[in-house]
Amino acid sequence: MSRSAAVIGVGQTRYRSRRDDVSMPGLVREAALRALDDAGLGFADIDAVVLGKAPDLFEGVAMPDLFLADALGARGKPLLRVHTAGSVGGSTAVVAAGHVHSGAFRRVLAVAWEKQSESNATWALTMAHPFSTSLVVGAGGYFAPFIRAYIERSGAPGHIGHLVAAKDRRNALRNPYAHLRIPDITPEAVAATPMLWEPIRYLETCPSSDGACALVIAGEEEARAAPRPPAWILGSAMRSEPMTFAGRDAVDPRAGRDCAADVYAQAGIADPRRDLDAAEVYVPFSWYEPMWLENLGFAAPGEGWRLTESGATAAGGDIPWNPSGGVLSSNPIGASGMIRFAEAAQQVRGLAGGHQVDGARTALGHAYGAGSQFFAMWVVGAERP
Amino acid sequence: MRSDRTGEDAPGELVGTHTVRFPGGYTRSTGPVIGRFLTELRDGRLVGVRTAAGRVLFPPVEYDPGDGAPLPDPPEFPEVGPGGTVRTWCWVGAPRPAHPLDHPFAWAAVRLDGADTAVLHALDFGPDAPADRPPARLRTGLRVRARLRPEDERTGSITDIRCFRPEVDRIIDDRRLDYTVRADAALTRYLEAQLHGRILGSRTRGGRVHVPLRDLDPVDGTPMAGEVELPGTGVLTTFSVNHVPDPRAPEVPFVTGYVRLDGADVDLLALISGVEPEKVHAGMRVRAEWLPPDERTRTRPSIRWFVPDQGAGAEEGPR
Repeated sequence: MSRSAAVIGVGQTRYRSRRDDVSMPGLVREAALRALDDAGLGFADIDAVVLGKAPDLFEGVAMPDLFLADALGARGKPLLRVHTAGSVGGSTAVVAAGHVHSGAFRRVLAVAWEKQSESNATWALTMAHPFSTSLVVGAGGYFAPFIRAYIERSGAPGHIGHLVAAKDRRNALRNPYAHLRIPDITPEAVAATPMLWEPIRYLETCPSSDGACALVIAGEEEARAAPRPPAWILGSAMRSEPMTFAGRDAVDPRAGRDCAADVYAQAGIADPRRDLDAAEVYVPFSWYEPMWLENLGFAAPGEGWRLTESGATAAGGDIPWNPSGGVLSSNPIGASGMIRFAEAAQQVRGLAGGHQVDGARTALGHAYGAGSQFFAMWVVGAERP
Repeated sequence: MRSDRTGEDAPGELVGTHTVRFPGGYTRSTGPVIGRFLTELRDGRLVGVRTAAGRVLFPPVEYDPGDGAPLPDPPEFPEVGPGGTVRTWCWVGAPRPAHPLDHPFAWAAVRLDGADTAVLHALDFGPDAPADRPPARLRTGLRVRARLRPEDERTGSITDIRCFRPEVDRIIDDRRLDYTVRADAALTRYLEAQLHGRILGSRTRGGRVHVPLRDLDPVDGTPMAGEVELPGTGVLTTFSVNHVPDPRAPEVPFVTGYVRLDGADVDLLALISGVEPEKVHAGMRVRAEWLPPDERTRTRPSIRWFVPDQGAGAEEGPR
């Protein structure tokens, strides 16, 4: 049996198109120092640091762990870089939790970040390699055919994506860290924006953000001594699968289903819709809400869109998804997964502020990356397991 | 008085130019306050003057411009700057001969750090500054710094400040990685077969057919059991209509789709052409359209795109 671990500190930067006012070390320190402050600790109290960010071409920093070691107080301490594409923020949190579960470390600092304004993620994701013809333009170009396949498979009406896009942006208005703030956003306003990659319209995509997120994860004794309520980690898991293989279902990937089953078993979740109070799920394009509702077992195959349409996933619904506004409202890619994990923790700590889900005791944090290939999840709770 | 033009455009009208200039230039006695300011400036220091009310004026004047009150006696000359903030500005796309810079620049009101008033001066964005519009970074609030002339050129004049320049807030890191990429044996065979209009795949030990040809089964890493030749026909499984142009596909909308070749168990990602985007549908029969033989190269796939496969048994072989 592994040792208990809990989130005792959370730090986030404001997410923006450009953070020209800070360097990369300055950006990650902003989140790290806020997380340490939340935990009542300093760098000297930290035993190990885990760092995550998305592909190196995004900023052209090839070894961010070496680059940022001293900025994160990691001199003389174990420092590990995690690299799982867009899911990396979640994977970084899972690795940091593992450091504590193992008993090898008592207080671990996990940091994830992206400074997208330093270059262009679509350029970085659309490299033309020799001996092949790249036909995919950015992440939207990659995911659009699978969204279409989902719509055809489920018979979902076309406005479901607009509902999700408007819902998450409404939620963002209650989150002071959120990047996109669109007052009076409606599904009709989403439907009126330009088509990018059918069926994805402009406001059905995530923004491009600069920002960082940090967590302090600690063992039981440290969590009990922490100045603010801990979020106990009830289960965590990662899974991955290749981009192409015979029999692959890219709409409803096996790795995502297996990862969810694993994390639910650890946390004693029999029915996620009933047993969880909130979920922060990686939804970079609006249709990934109904798709992941099915993949994560909140709805039967083909029925996820009905849950969205019913309002169950909205603030005040029976299972709010992305009360923070989600990836659709803030997307520093490498940090986006950790923000999901952090926001889940804030919900069960009762510290989510304006977007707090009343009485949340158990919450899911989720991230996915690459061509729906990497999955990371955790379930956190207000009660120690 | 010189008469350069003698009214040729308008007969009868006399036009000339006229310059009035006092030989050697007028003198200006500075008085103690302006004189101190210019003396410090010649020595490379930026000083303001403090009013009786406590405000710091830069550039200094000999009284409080707010109410006309005298300065304290003796006046205090606190150092200000060298950094400051743009309070307002005006872009000069086409400088005139008397302007301090010969390329586009801004007139800017700059409030130096430690001062309470702004100085109007030239703000330089370099020789490549755009003529048709202000640079995007030029905003009220921009941080700038005075650029002084070299010591031996300074005379005690406001032009001892040559101009202001934005503070350094960004550097360009234009590094590159140069790779040598070698195709593996399977990819080499796949591309060479396409030169001859053939599509090669491979069969896993479990009997599943992968295309392009590859050496290992991605499911379990076992070696493939054998090579398979596939036809240029298949079914479109799903697709996207792209409205975002790309250097490689500048015309929008364009359609990309996943094609399940007949006999294959994985899809090929391909361009879809020869059909209006709104008529494309999943389940559509398609066939490969090949590049002409003289445009094929072994360094990239030779299938140009897939087009609708019309008519029963339209199994058109590769050219």
